[in-house]
Amino acid sequence: MATGVTTRTASEDATATPQRPARSARRRRRLVVRAVSGWSFAGPATLLVLGLSIFPASWAFLISRQRWNGIAPPQPVGWRNYERMASDPDLAAAVKHTLVFTGLFVPTSILLGMVIAVALNRRIRLVAFYRTCIFVPFVASAAATGILATFVFNPQFGSANDLLRRVGLPQQLFLEDPKQALAVICLIALWGQVGFTVVVYLAALQDIPRDLVDAAMVDGANPAQVFRHVTLPQLGPVTVFTAVWQTITALQLFDLVYTTTRGGPLNGSQTIVYYVYKQAFQTQRFGYGSAVAYGLFVVTMLITLGMIWYARRSKLQAF
Amino acid sequence: MATLLRPPGPDPASPAPGPPPAPPRSRWRRLPFSPWHLLLMPVALVFVLPLVQMVLTSFMSDADINRFPPQLIPTSLHLAGYVGLFTEAPILRWLLNTVIVSTISIVAHLVLCSMAGYGFARLKFPGRSFGFFAIVATIMIPPQLLMIPTYLMFARLGVVDTLAAAFVPWLASAFGIFLMRQFFLSLPRELEDAGRIDGCTTFGVFWRIVLPLARPALATLAIFTLLGSWNDLVWPLIAISDEHKYTLQLGLTSFQGTRRTQWSLLMAGNVVATLPLIAGFVAAQRHFIATMTFSGLKG
Repeated sequence: MATGVTTRTASEDATATPQRPARSARRRRRLVVRAVSGWSFAGPATLLVLGLSIFPASWAFLISRQRWNGIAPPQPVGWRNYERMASDPDLAAAVKHTLVFTGLFVPTSILLGMVIAVALNRRIRLVAFYRTCIFVPFVASAAATGILATFVFNPQFGSANDLLRRVGLPQQLFLEDPKQALAVICLIALWGQVGFTVVVYLAALQDIPRDLVDAAMVDGANPAQVFRHVTLPQLGPVTVFTAVWQTITALQLFDLVYTTTRGGPLNGSQTIVYYVYKQAFQTQRFGYGSAVAYGLFVVTMLITLGMIWYARRSKLQAF
Repeated sequence: MATLLRPPGPDPASPAPGPPPAPPRSRWRRLPFSPWHLLLMPVALVFVLPLVQMVLTSFMSDADINRFPPQLIPTSLHLAGYVGLFTEAPILRWLLNTVIVSTISIVAHLVLCSMAGYGFARLKFPGRSFGFFAIVATIMIPPQLLMIPTYLMFARLGVVDTLAAAFVPWLASAFGIFLMRQFFLSLPRELEDAGRIDGCTTFGVFWRIVLPLARPALATLAIFTLLGSWNDLVWPLIAISDEHKYTLQLGLTSFQGTRRTQWSLLMAGNVVATLPLIAGFVAAQRHFIATMTFSGLKG
């Protein structure tokens, strides 16, 4: 028996024991069969996912240290592309726009999502109708949303200005005003994204044990107190998850900018990813574009890790 | 108003099934309806009215559209937008392209991700933990980092300006593998053991026992893939420039340059591009929300 145990451990790290060649060969064959059947299940998808992410990501790093327009042979330039980022006013503006958008979008989408989900989480008439209405814009594509938004926010005949006129407020240029464009894009993004946050919060709310709420009620808590001291703490983890998710989405804003303003007017709504797209696919600066994309990657990761670290420190079990 | 707006979505059976309504709290018993309607009704309208306006505008004449103040309801039914859409632009071609791309994406996603998810959840093989870890780690890589090298890769492989450029990025995803693995982990093992005792092969167990149980998760994965591939703009945008290879989304954005003021046509295009998804979502929304609950998506 004792030898059996040792062969078992030995065959784990694939060293054959000379005394028992037949047995270890059988074990090795079983290992091979397992590997083959396991990888024939997991292999194709793994290969595709890694091949379309880790491979191009490493390639992007090589490109980011070159000057290359895609046609002429690339010239190695070391870290110069990264150094250039520090003194690029257009990039600085794009970073500012992205941060302003993120600062507006993330807290608002979380707050709206939570409030609407709390309102939807009860048995009243029409609740399924409301839920569907609020979620449906999430299904619309960025292209459709962008076209619809340029119509609704059209300064001449759009409904948004009509609404302002009716309540006696001055007319606005919306997407055609460099100062407003980004805020309007944020409104449009909220319209499309809040449905997702609502569903995530609804799922979390329905997970809160009924007993907890009942116990608080028996103890004489009013609905506001129940929400503050029972419901809200239970929503901690999902809030961290949503915040991280929405922050990543916001930092990567591209589609809506492309389909509404194309970064304009006067670059007033140009975000980092839109800037990367312009550098690479309109002015053929592959090297510099890749460097900016890497910069954004690092910043996104730091922000994400920072949020997770903060959540861990505050004992919110989200990850 | 509410009944007028009903078409875009509610499942008509919804109020009826489910547990009986909780007894109303005494303070609100005097109101004829729950006060939450005062919040929910306007919010729901803000979300759904633009879409209603999109549908109605697609049936308007230019005279109706350019009127100020703007009208929500068309004075008469005009099909000029749709006629223009189907005669002046290769919209059917684009629709077909999008359907091809989405179908391939969904089928490949369902097959590849459920197999990989099952492998990572149940089978033991060398490299399993590392492989799964690597896949999950790729979720952190932002897509824009991949735009440039993926475009160059496509150029070398000769798939630029083909539909393959639009569907290759959607054949499998880390998210899909993760979702399916989480689901398979939540299934009881006993059924699979029973199948194996009855002499099923690993693939037989997967195909005949596990997959039929995974229908809700597969429905969710299909919906997510449909949403993603149907609405995708970035990959077609960078890799396709031949008008006949456009997807619907790319075609729509090209209208923004060429048909800036033909609003009924633009809105008709929007309706064609959006309606199939809304229908699909409404049909599958129960599955979708149920899966969100167990998949750990909620954190």
